[in-house]
Amino acid sequence: MSLTVDGIHTYYGQSHVLQGISLNVGDGETVALLGRNGAGKTTTMRSIVGLTPARSGSIRLDDKEISRLQAYRLARLGLSFVPSGRRVYGSLTVRQNLALAAERPRKEAAWSLERVHDMFPNLVTLAGRQAGHLSGGEQQMLKLARALLGGPRILLLDEPTEGLAPGIVADLGRWLAILRKEKVTVLITEQNALFALRYADRGYIIEKGTVRYEAPAAELRDSAEIRRYLGVGVDT
Amino acid sequence: MDLSAFVTQSIGALSTASSLFIVAAGLTLVFGALRLINIAHGSFYMYGALAATTVVGWFPDSGFWIALIVGPLVALVMGVGVEMGVLRRLYGREHLTQLLATFALLLIFADLALRFWGKNVRSINPPKVVNGNFGLVGARVPAYDMVIIAAAIVVGGGLWLLLTHTTLGWKIRAVVDDPEVLVCSGVNIRMLYTGVFGLGALLAGLAGVVIAPQQAVGPGMDAQIIVAAFIVAVIGGLGSITGAAIGSLIIGIAETLGANLAPSWASTFIYLLMIVVLAVRPWGLLGTPER
Repeated sequence: MSLTVDGIHTYYGQSHVLQGISLNVGDGETVALLGRNGAGKTTTMRSIVGLTPARSGSIRLDDKEISRLQAYRLARLGLSFVPSGRRVYGSLTVRQNLALAAERPRKEAAWSLERVHDMFPNLVTLAGRQAGHLSGGEQQMLKLARALLGGPRILLLDEPTEGLAPGIVADLGRWLAILRKEKVTVLITEQNALFALRYADRGYIIEKGTVRYEAPAAELRDSAEIRRYLGVGVDT
Repeated sequence: MDLSAFVTQSIGALSTASSLFIVAAGLTLVFGALRLINIAHGSFYMYGALAATTVVGWFPDSGFWIALIVGPLVALVMGVGVEMGVLRRLYGREHLTQLLATFALLLIFADLALRFWGKNVRSINPPKVVNGNFGLVGARVPAYDMVIIAAAIVVGGGLWLLLTHTTLGWKIRAVVDDPEVLVCSGVNIRMLYTGVFGLGALLAGLAGVVIAPQQAVGPGMDAQIIVAAFIVAVIGGLGSITGAAIGSLIIGIAETLGANLAPSWASTFIYLLMIVVLAVRPWGLLGTPER
C-alpha cells in the first residue's frame, strides 16, 4: 500500500505550519522524514492520520483520497500512528493495552499476539503490569506492539528514539530492521537523522513546513544538504 | 439505643446511601470519562421518577416493574439527545461554561416537566411483594429498603465488571488516559462519549424509579438530588466509582446520625463534612489531582 501526500497546508490556529508538503511512501518502503525541531515533521504525520487535518491539498492511500476522513476511519484503513513520548493507556495493564489494539485488526496485515510476543518477549512478563509504570523503553515496545497488532498497512513512527536510553535505541534499531525485512511500509520522523537513515530506503528533509531535499538514504547520508539543513556530520 | 433501633437506623442509612450511590455513580462516571460537570443529571433522575409514577398509574399492579425499564429508557433517550445536540460542543471547554449550559438544561427540563406532569406532588407504592416490613433481629425493617440496597449492589458490581473486565470498559478508561491514541486505534470516540453519557443518564433514571416509592415525586427533586449527588461525588473524588460508593456511605450515615442526634443541624452537618474533606484532600478521598 502506498501513501501520497500532495501539497498539504496545515494550520494551528493562525500559524501556517505546513506550507505545501509533498511526499510519497511506496509499498514496502521505509521513508525517513528529517528536519530540525519545529520543521513540521510531527504536524505532517498528524495531518496524514487525521489528528490535525490539513486545510488543503491531497492525501491518497493507493488511489483513494483520504484527506477528508476522520482519524478513526483512517486508523481502520490501516494507517497506524505511533506517537512519540509516553503515549500508552497508563491506568490499564499491558495486556489490556494490547487487547484494545487488537480488537479490530485488519486481517490481511495483522500480526498475531504470538508473533508480537516473539518480537518483544519482555511484554509477556510485563502483561499484568500497569502501563503507566513502565520504563520509557518498555512503553516504546508496547506502542510498537500495539501498532503491529492492529494490522498496519502503513506504520507512522513519530520520533521513536526521543527520550530513550542508548541501549534501548539499539533495540529499536533491531526492531526497525525486522520491520524492513518484513516489508512493512514505514514513514519515520527523526531528529536523529543518521539513526533513521540507517533503516530507511529514502529520506526527505523538511524545513519551515516545506520539503527542501529528497534522496535515497545512502545518498542523503553523505550529502551536503544534510549538513546544511540538519547540521549533522557524515561520519557516525 | 437498643439493638433493634440500631438495626433499623443502619438499614435506613444503607438505603439512603444506596439511592445516592446510583445517582452519584452516573455523575462521576460521566465526569471521569468526559470531564463534564453535568447539572442536568438531576433532570434525568426526576424524569425517571416521574415516568415511574405515570407507568404505575397505567398499570397499578405490575407498573413498578415495567417502570424499572421505562424510567431508565426515558433518561437514556434524554441523555443521548442532550449529548448529541448540545454537550458534545462543550467538551474541553472550561467547567464554568459546562456548568452554565447544563444548569440551563436543568431549568428547561424542569419547565417541561411542569407542563407534562403538573406541579402536584405524586407518589407511588412499592410493589406488593416488597411492601411492608419484615423482622430482622427484633427490628422492623421496610422490605423496600432491601430493593434499593440490592439495586445499588447490582449497579456497583455491574460498573466494576464493565470497567475492569470488558473491552468497552477498558476503552472508557483509555479515553481518559489518552483519547488521541484511542482514536488512532480506530475507536470512534464520539460514539463512545455518547454511550458513556447515555449510561450515566440511564443510571440517574434508574435511581429515580427506585426512589419513587419512598419519596414525594415532583418539582424540585432534580435540584435537590444534584446537590446531594455532587457532595457524594466530590467527597469520594470526582471520577472514582469506588469513591462514590464510599462518599454515599458517609453521607448516608451522616444524614441518619444527624437526623437522630441533632435534627435541626442534619443538613449543615453534611456540608461541614464536605468542607472538611475538601480542605484536607481537595480532589476527594479517592480522586486524583487534576492535571
